[in-house]
Amino acid sequence: MVTQAGPSRARPLWVVCALVVLAVSMIAALLGGAADISPWQVVLQVVDWLPLVHVDSGLAPVEQGLLYELRLPRVLVAAVVGGLLAMAGAGYQGVFRNPLADPYLLGAAAGAGLAATAAIVLLPSVAGSIPVAAFLGAVGGVFLAYTLGNTAGRAGGTATLVLAGVAVTSFLTAIQTFVQQFKVEELQRIYSWILGDVGGGWDQFWLVLPYAAVSAVLLLLHGRMLDVLSVGDEEATSLGVPAARVRLMVLLAASLATAAAVAVSGLIGFVGIVVPHVVRRIAGGSYRIVLPLSLIGGAAFLVLADLVARTVIAPAELPIGVVTMFVGAPFFVAVLRMTRRAST
Amino acid sequence: MISAHGLSVRLGERDVLDGVSFEVRQGEWVGVIGPNGAGKSTLLKALMGLVAHRGEILLGSRPSRELKPRQRARLLAYAPQTPALPPDMTVFDYALLGRTPYIPYLGRESRHDREVTGSVLERLDLTALAGRRVGELSGGERQRVVLARALAQEAPALLLDEPTTALDLGHQQQVLELVDRLRRTDGLTVVTTLHDLTVAGLYADSLLLLTGGRAAAAGEPARVLTEELVGRHFDAHVKIEPGPDGRPVVHLVRGGP
Repeated sequence: MVTQAGPSRARPLWVVCALVVLAVSMIAALLGGAADISPWQVVLQVVDWLPLVHVDSGLAPVEQGLLYELRLPRVLVAAVVGGLLAMAGAGYQGVFRNPLADPYLLGAAAGAGLAATAAIVLLPSVAGSIPVAAFLGAVGGVFLAYTLGNTAGRAGGTATLVLAGVAVTSFLTAIQTFVQQFKVEELQRIYSWILGDVGGGWDQFWLVLPYAAVSAVLLLLHGRMLDVLSVGDEEATSLGVPAARVRLMVLLAASLATAAAVAVSGLIGFVGIVVPHVVRRIAGGSYRIVLPLSLIGGAAFLVLADLVARTVIAPAELPIGVVTMFVGAPFFVAVLRMTRRAST
Repeated sequence: MISAHGLSVRLGERDVLDGVSFEVRQGEWVGVIGPNGAGKSTLLKALMGLVAHRGEILLGSRPSRELKPRQRARLLAYAPQTPALPPDMTVFDYALLGRTPYIPYLGRESRHDREVTGSVLERLDLTALAGRRVGELSGGERQRVVLARALAQEAPALLLDEPTTALDLGHQQQVLELVDRLRRTDGLTVVTTLHDLTVAGLYADSLLLLTGGRAAAAGEPARVLTEELVGRHFDAHVKIEPGPDGRPVVHLVRGGP
């Protein structure tokens, strides 16, 4: 029957495919750099880590330690951060109905950059101050942009909100540049933070996880509402949906995701914009599929980007943000060309 | 079914609607006509509760302002003049949006919602297109898809803002005939704005002529579409004759005004 074979019935299949891609990426990333560990041993080892399962992977304790203490948290942080950024990007694109919206649109990046710079310059000896400062800065930047946008324009409107984001970003970036001039010797630390890092170990992972969980659940729940918003505020209202409230909820959740990601890993660019678009090209434009696939796809993308970052000039490392942009941009163009549609 | 008393809308410094009263009976097709900027679209938006307004609107016997947006959306379905069609969404998913007033805020659609959507697509000959992306459709198909979304809402009244703009002659006829057929089979009440006066006179049971935010005339097409009224309010030189079925046909006269 037609009604039951509706097009959106293919969704679980896409999610399964994406999860397989993510799993393969994570295994590959766990392997990366160690020539004498076989993929099969890594798989066995991963199974062994699962609760209540015991398998002998044949790995020496040193190798197990390397995997568990260094590689595994790194892969997990990359996955969580990538997933958050991609999903937040999709959320922002839905709220603003603008394909160029990214997680940093409302001043989250500039706020975090300023606060992290201030922490590096003013509190150099306080351990763990950077993520806290970056988180507060990101939240503050978004809050500033949102308040400004709503007082300058029609409440709940999108155009002035974007402009407010641009203004806040410029303003905060100017202050950040000003502050960093006081401590030129910290420039390298500041820039390496800005370009992103996912190598902070288990602490970094546990720090980001609760925020990740809350924002992911909130965003995934709003998929259908974002579909309704995509027909415009007036039509959404005519369907009985409180457009301004939905927008606020999604902005809150996406901003929380962005702030959490920025706090643990700095400003990693391009994930939030490239992943949702690739997903849309492949699996269609409904946010009910775009959000979950962006979460999984963003995770896989950043895990692989990190793998490249730490292997391509080993033993040195590239900043992961450089890789996401360097690899992401051509990849994006390739996907756009491959999936070019007859009418656009 | 719908009645408005003293409906006024002020946008900025301008009175877009000023004390308009009218009545739409159940199963009736009312055409709203008038020159550009007369307030036709605003009238539909005010009925739908999309713009702040004064005056009273009754839907059935209940005042519209007492209804929650979701309740109102179950009584009135609205399609704007240029609907925003998310290009990557499939036809089925787009039509399914019409079920929104029946789905809990963060919930998901039921089997019944999917069945209603499927049968609406079938009625509008859209089943074959269900999996296509909305951005790939032709103008006539788009208009049918928008109509499908409105019908999936299962509201007893349809408010359509210029449903035939940007359609060629044949597709205009196709869409209007479709609305007419649905109206007859389902007893739907229809309010449309229409800029083509002859078309408005052909399909509507009664017309409401708006100028400068006020109701200038209302009633049967033959009483509203007169050379005198049209000439005055549209600032046009026209000749109006009864067509084959007795309904008025409006011709432009070359050389005037």
